[in-house]
Amino acid sequence: MRSLAAAPLWGLWFAFLALPFSGLEGSLRIGLACALVVGAARLAGVALRAEAVAPRVAKGRETVAELWESFLRGMRDKRVAPFVLLGIMALPWWLGRYETDVLVVAGIYVMLALGLNVVVGFAGLLDLGYVAFYAVGAYSYALLNTWLGLPFWPALLGGAALSAAFGILLGIPVLRLRGDYLAIVTLGFGEIIRIVLNNWDDVTRGPNGILGIGRPLLGEFRLSQPMHFFYLVLALCLFTIFIVNRLNRSRIGRAWAAMREDESAAECMGVDLVHAKLTAFAFGASWAGLAGVVFAAKQTFVSPESFSFFESVIILCMVVLGGMGSVPGVILGALILIILPEMLREITFFRPMLLGGALVLMMALRPQGFLEARGLRLAEGALPPEMREKAERTGR
Amino acid sequence: MLTQQIVNGIVVGSVYALIALGYTLVYGILQLINFAHGEIYMMGAYVGIAVLAVLGAMGVTEQSLAISILLVFLVPMVYCAAYGVTLERVAYRPLRRAPRLSPLISAIGMSIFLQNYVQVAQGARERAFPNLLHLGSFELMGAHVSGLQVFILAAALAMMAGLQVFIHKTRLGRAMRATALDRTMASLVGVDVNRVIAMTFAIGSILAAVAGVMVGMYYGVVNHYIGFVAGIKAFTAAVLGGIGNVTGALLGGFLLALLESFWAGYVSAVYKDVFAFAVLIVVLIFRPEGILGGSAAETDRS
Repeated sequence: MRSLAAAPLWGLWFAFLALPFSGLEGSLRIGLACALVVGAARLAGVALRAEAVAPRVAKGRETVAELWESFLRGMRDKRVAPFVLLGIMALPWWLGRYETDVLVVAGIYVMLALGLNVVVGFAGLLDLGYVAFYAVGAYSYALLNTWLGLPFWPALLGGAALSAAFGILLGIPVLRLRGDYLAIVTLGFGEIIRIVLNNWDDVTRGPNGILGIGRPLLGEFRLSQPMHFFYLVLALCLFTIFIVNRLNRSRIGRAWAAMREDESAAECMGVDLVHAKLTAFAFGASWAGLAGVVFAAKQTFVSPESFSFFESVIILCMVVLGGMGSVPGVILGALILIILPEMLREITFFRPMLLGGALVLMMALRPQGFLEARGLRLAEGALPPEMREKAERTGR
Repeated sequence: MLTQQIVNGIVVGSVYALIALGYTLVYGILQLINFAHGEIYMMGAYVGIAVLAVLGAMGVTEQSLAISILLVFLVPMVYCAAYGVTLERVAYRPLRRAPRLSPLISAIGMSIFLQNYVQVAQGARERAFPNLLHLGSFELMGAHVSGLQVFILAAALAMMAGLQVFIHKTRLGRAMRATALDRTMASLVGVDVNRVIAMTFAIGSILAAVAGVMVGMYYGVVNHYIGFVAGIKAFTAAVLGGIGNVTGALLGGFLLALLESFWAGYVSAVYKDVFAFAVLIVVLIFRPEGILGGSAAETDRS
């Protein structure tokens, strides 16, 4: 009960903090909301820990986890998966043009988030300039297509390769750096790319962007409708999921996991850190490049505005909220973060604020994300209990 | 032209140095990059505007300039200290034992949250920062120097001197140094580590508040976005001088601003920010420990 008494104090404190920004009335409202939220959270904390409730909560949690597991197993089942896929493929016939377009955007973000997940989730390297590689892909197609008339399909490969090259280029200088330095350097790199795109008028046409980018051709057929792009993006997403799952279970995937948990230990066990880091950057970047080419072809227009730092943050949110390292989690994160704001138009204005707050809350309450990553895990009973506890506290 | 660039560089450098101190103090104790520090600086400038609005409405500004100047610095200092302490309490303290990526992500979240809170509450447009000081200007070896520039440099130097005295002469400063050296050991000999960490955030934020108010006065306008670039530049300054090192932050701040001023004056004003990022990357490749730092910057102490 003592902890409950703190709620009004928190409310008062936040009202005080908000005063110069939100005015008297606004700050009082914020203070009241804070007091209520803190009070409710404390109350819920007390209630959930109560002896009568705690076992039931644990059991409920287990049931949900089991249901989810069986759902995932069902999705992977060879008898069910084709029908699920057919269901997804039927979506654009059932949805309208606009909804299909939203799904195309969501699909592009699924690719981006899965790519970033390789860098952040698998290899544990925090990349805050991921959008730079997306920009490289988009602009390389935009420029090569409008100048030289390069068609879409070779550009898809070229954009991915060029982005991968940029990824290695960025990777080399930061090889020796700790995680937090890496974050800042990648952030700076992303800004450099954006500023150059914005100011190199002769080539990129600056803030005006590049217009009239060609649509992809499939033989004689020109992909132009949202529905066409839906199938293109769906195919690319499936391809991405396949490759990313394979990567995670491959030799390099295990090297990434080892590096993520403890660099020094991984190095002692023979992991080539330079190779592991550079391949992570290259793989992650190449997917952003791929997504960038698709984005440019879908929009037929690119401008530096689409590649701001906040875009990197959104993709990072998809990975972090969904569950770092978990492929279904990251897909879920990307779908939620794109589709939810479309459904709740009123929150668009508050979206950046909500995302920032969600990152903080998630780290405090559930750092593993909605869906915890599976795969390499300490086997049950492989460690004595006290070491196990420590391992669980400090890592995955 | 040359002396003018130097004058401009020194003035901007004093601002960078003040913000860089906040990064360095926190890094010295927690080995954590406080991503949201730039936002604290931005919020300091906004609180300054709010104070000026209230003072103007009450008619204090006309009656007593001295009180107005005092309040326009003091209130943002108090507020930013409160923001800094709350930031640590809400976003960092719960994660002190978490994997290294967690506090970093939390810090980015906090930075995004604060920046957009200010945008939502205050609007995305630039806000004018009313000028209180009409100090005139003079010529110095061909350079145009305004009284405000002299005032900014003097105020910044005073804050830095105050910080040095605090760290080296007071009991709490000693506790801070002890905590920076070895947190566990410090807590064993009776230092209240949580209090020291909170104090560190408060002090860094007070310096940032002063920087924010001075930048508001200097440029006359602020927006919710100024914390982002200033934060990265101040961080670059801190790394350049040697992160965790107080003298290094000062050196890095002035050095970076001077280099940037020359770059903007003689090479390209458009790519000024690119130059600062490039400096950061080059320093991290060739000398990650900075000018004054030991080799500790690179090693993992967590």
